[in-house]
Parts: sequence; structure tokens; C-alpha cells
Amino acid sequence: MIRLFLVRLGAILAKEFVQMRRDRVTFAMMLAIPILLLVLFGYAINTDPKRLDAALLVTGQDHYSRAIVSALEVSNYYRFVERPRTAAEAERLIQSGAVAFLVVIPSDFGARVDRNDQPRILVKADATDPSAASNAIGALEVIARRALLREQGLEGKAAEGQGARMSIVVHKRYNPDGVSQYFIVPGLLGVILQMTMVMMTSVALTRELERGTMENLLAMPSNGFQIMAGKVLPYFIVGAVQTIVILTTARVLFHVPFVGSLPLLIFGILLFVMGLVLLGYTFSTLARTQMQAMQLAFFFFLPSILLSGFMFPFHGMPVWAQTIGNLFPLTHFLRVVRAIMLKGADWSEIGFEYSILALFIPVYAIFALLRFRRTLD
Amino acid sequence: MNVIDVANLTKRFGKTLVVDHIGLKVAAGQIVGFLGPNGSGKTTTFRMICGLLTPDEGEGAVLGYDVRRDSRRIKAEVGYMTQRFSFYEDLTIEENLLFVARLYDLEPRRRSVAATIEELGLGGRRHQLAGHLSGGWKQRLALAACVMHRPKLLLLDEPTAGVDPQARREFWDQIHALAGSGVTVLVSTHYMEEAERCHSIGYISRGKMLVTGTVEEVVRQSGLTTFIVHATATAELMSELRHLDGVSQVAPFGAAIHIVGVDAMRVTASLRAFAAERGLPLEPGRTSLEDVFIQLMNSGDAAPKRVA
Repeated sequence: MIRLFLVRLGAILAKEFVQMRRDRVTFAMMLAIPILLLVLFGYAINTDPKRLDAALLVTGQDHYSRAIVSALEVSNYYRFVERPRTAAEAERLIQSGAVAFLVVIPSDFGARVDRNDQPRILVKADATDPSAASNAIGALEVIARRALLREQGLEGKAAEGQGARMSIVVHKRYNPDGVSQYFIVPGLLGVILQMTMVMMTSVALTRELERGTMENLLAMPSNGFQIMAGKVLPYFIVGAVQTIVILTTARVLFHVPFVGSLPLLIFGILLFVMGLVLLGYTFSTLARTQMQAMQLAFFFFLPSILLSGFMFPFHGMPVWAQTIGNLFPLTHFLRVVRAIMLKGADWSEIGFEYSILALFIPVYAIFALLRFRRTLD
Repeated sequence: MNVIDVANLTKRFGKTLVVDHIGLKVAAGQIVGFLGPNGSGKTTTFRMICGLLTPDEGEGAVLGYDVRRDSRRIKAEVGYMTQRFSFYEDLTIEENLLFVARLYDLEPRRRSVAATIEELGLGGRRHQLAGHLSGGWKQRLALAACVMHRPKLLLLDEPTAGVDPQARREFWDQIHALAGSGVTVLVSTHYMEEAERCHSIGYISRGKMLVTGTVEEVVRQSGLTTFIVHATATAELMSELRHLDGVSQVAPFGAAIHIVGVDAMRVTASLRAFAAERGLPLEPGRTSLEDVFIQLMNSGDAAPKRVA
């Protein structure tokens, strides 16, 4: 009895191993996914982001201001990429998302230090992502105070309560209470749309191939573009339903503010969904079975979610990871949806992200059509 | 004008030569049967003729259109029935036909579908899912779908595989009716009695067209001589017969044995002597198409003669 049990178990095991070996894609996935995750979490993702893009508005020329600025730069938390001249210009930079912080040192800063008259530094932080902003804000206070003491030659006496009584005024913008749902829920709109759109369309052609209906479809008069468009367009309805559900839930359950323009957001969703369904369709021209298509889609989801800024601060990642992150439509859509819902951004501020979202459409469409032509022969 | 007039059609997949310089001329209203072993290139030839595959070499016209450049026009006027059932199993008969009618832009659409359903006797099952149909009904649906747009040329790739004899008979009646109305039909099959229902036949092996002609012509061209021995086909007797000089095929048919030879003189001489020695009744037989094809298969593939 036991011998027979083992013989039959062995037969099934042997068959499973042969099939596993034949399915190259699955095999590659089993190796690639752990490596991908290790690299992304090991090197790319950083929950304490440094070198955040910031703007500096300094109107005074005194040595105290200069000392604080250089201390902030040395600290590595901030990278002053912009030096706006006016408050209005500075405001536009933070609204458009070009910088996450704006540090303002008023022109009377030095005079007030000398007079010992409550010198102030103003920090405006884009707090849409509360966790990314809080470390940098906390660090600023410590660094600035220490730099000022050193400049006054009062190092070591801070503990005795002497020296600068500098105050740092922090304006957390867009999400002043640091509610993480405000950051996550709009992002979820992007992630959910990506999951459904790409997965649904990635089996579009492989299903026809697997069921043997492809040959017939090709023998009848229709061209590659008609097949592609006919197969992806129905998912716009699915996308519309999902959008309504998510936005309603965001409002009703999580009270996520919506300060921007709904038509502008809908236009962004259209561009995003168009890109996604074409990307999924491209997967279906690459895969030979529905299973492979699903695996390809899954393999795409991992880096796109991790590197898009959905969960981990985008600017906390090294440049190479940011570059890869910028190749995913999700990254750009997240900027659009957060900017519109939380910051009330308008076309002039996020038009650039729209043009990138739009760019994905022809790129994926052309690639899919070229691939499709080859599957005929 | 010939409906199909192609020459030197050639197709390679990677390094394998699948179709090797095949030429074909077919007049309107003809039914041409394609025979040949599995993997001999029948399906690939069909796909090149209906515009699904571009030939690597060769040229010609199908329905007057260039076989290389006008594949879109060819597709619109050809009906191609694939070897494997290739309609949507999760759609009903009517929905499948409606889909096809829209692709071919048939007007009025509903009436075309209704007429086709009527013509092929699918009325009672119009709302059944295609996936729930039996082999015979699936085949009927597939035929209905590929004749609905009134193609001038029908390509049927092993249409009757796995279909019962009565359904097959009805199917062939329909094919002849279509041919009678001027439709040209190319059909591939493994069944000899189906080949005999064709106006002419072609035998393909390893991508080459070995013989073409009517059944009689093909049999006559083969030059085979056939005898029938009335005896019980014991393994011993079969073996002895196979080893006789000039005998190339020995096959039992009911209470008799069918013996085929290439060289008439040699096979006649050796069989007469053998029959006389054993006292077996010997009479001349009619060479069948199957005999010819077995002969072609053995020589064409240069396979060693089977010695049982």
C-alpha cells in the first residue's frame, strides 16, 4: 500500500517538475520577483527622505542668515534647487510641486538677532505626505538653532537658556493635520485603476489565442487597430464606475478634501486609463497564455507601486530609482490626483504631468500594434 | 478565369520548410480535396490562400486579387473554416452569427442572420451557447458563419473531423449545393470517401504537392495493380504475401486480402504462382484511392516499408 502511494505521488511530482521547467515565464518570475523586491526595498526605498527639493527665499544679506542656510545645506535634508525672488514666485513653486519646502528668512532677521528681538524663520511645507514632511521639519528646527548659536559664539550655552530665542513658524500646507488618509486615498484611485485596467486588458488577446478564436478573428475582415480599440474601450466604463465608487468613498467615509477642479481630474483619469488599457493590451501581445499575461501584469505592478510615490516618498529615493519611477504612468497620475484634490492645482501647474500621461498613449499603442502584426505570421 | 491561380507558394517557419513551391489552379464551382498526412502543410497552404499568412515566395491571384498584396480584399470574399472550432463558446449561436454579420457589414443584418439560421436548420438552437453544442452542431454553426457573407471561395480545414456519419453526409450535401451555386470549395480531409466526393484532389506530403487530378486520374497515374485473395488473414499468410516479389501493400479487407504492387508484371507473376501453390482463389481487384495514398505516403516520406 505504501509503495503504491509513493509511486503515484512520484508520478505526479515528476509531471509537475517537467511542466514547471517548460513554463519559462513562471520560472523566471520565481527568480526575478525576490531579486526585484530586495533591490527596491534595499536600495530605493527610504522612509526618512533626505535631499528634499526646497526653495529658499532670503532677502537679508547678514551673516546669521548665511550661516543658517549653509548649515541646512550641509545637513543633507534640504537641497535648495530654487531661489525665488518674490513671495508670489515662491508660492507658485510649492503649489506646482516643484519643491516640497519653502524656507523664508526675513530681511530683518540679522537685525533682530542682534537686538535679541525674536528672530523668525518661516517654513512652508507641502504636507500632502505627512510622514515625509515631518522629519525634515523637525530637523530644520534643531539645525537652524545650532547654527545660530555657533554664529553668535554661544555654543554650549544653549542649555543655560541664553542666546537666540529664535522661533520657527511652520506652515503645513494642504494637509495641516497630517491625516494619512488624505494622502493615501487619492493615491488608491490610481493604484486601483491600474490594477483593474492592466489586468483585464492583459488577457484580451491571449484569451482569444487560448480558446482558438484568434485564427478566425484574423481570417475575418478586421484590422489590428479595430481589434485593439474594440478590446480596450469597454474598460473605460469599468474605470468610470470605479472612479465614482472611490471618489464617493473618499468623501463620505474618509472626508478627504477636494479643493480642485473635478473636470480637470476626470480629464487626467481619461488619459491615465487610456494609457493603462493600452499597456495591458501590450502585455497580451507579449504573452502566449492568460497565465503569462497575468504574471507580466503582476511583475509590472510591483515596481510601479513601490517607485511611484504611492506608499514611500518619491523624493526620498535615489536618482536612478526616481528615473525608473518616472517611467510609470502611475507616478504621474499620483501627482495629478493629489495636486488637484489636496492642493487645488490648476492646468498651468500640472499641465506638464498631463502631457507625460498623454505621451504614454501613443507609445503603448504603437508598440502593441507592431507586436500584433508579428503575431499574424 | 480561375478562382485560384497561384504558383510556387512557399512558407518557412524558422528553418523548417512547411510549404514547398505549391501551385494550384482551380476553376469556379469546383470542389477540390486536399489530402496528406498530418503536418504536411495543408493548413499553412490554406492560410496563405485566404490571406492569413504572407507567402515567403510565390505569387498568383485568388479571386482575381494579388495573393500577396490584397489580403484584405481576399479575406472579405473568402470563407475560412478553421480546423479547431473557433467561435465564441460563451456566445449563443445567434450572437456568434450576429458578430460575424457585423464584421462583414451585412445588410440587413438581422435578416442575414435569420436567413442563415433557417438555411442551416439552426432555428431550434439559436439561443444555445456555442460551448454547449455537440461536435456536429458546432460544425454546422462554423459552416453557417463562414458562408453567411456569400463568399465566392470556401476553405474548409478538416471540417468533418469528429462528426458522425449522418452529419457528415448532410454536410457534404450542403457543400455540393454551394458548389452548384458557383462557390469554389477547397477542403482538406483524411477520409477517403470524402475525397471521392470531390471533383478533383491533390495530395500533399512534406509541403510538396505530389499528385493532382480527378480520383480516376490519380488512381490511373499511380500505375498500381491490385489483386484480391479470398482467404483468412492470418499473420503468417500476411507476412508471406508481403515478402513476395513486387508486392508493396498487403491489407485485410473483411474476408479477403487486398494486395497492391507497383510493377504489374512482377506482382502478377509472383502472386499467380503463390496462389496456385496454395490453392487460394485470386482475382484482380480495383485499386482504391487509399491504396494510392498509402503508396504515396510510404514513398514520399521515404519511410521504410512496414514489415509486420
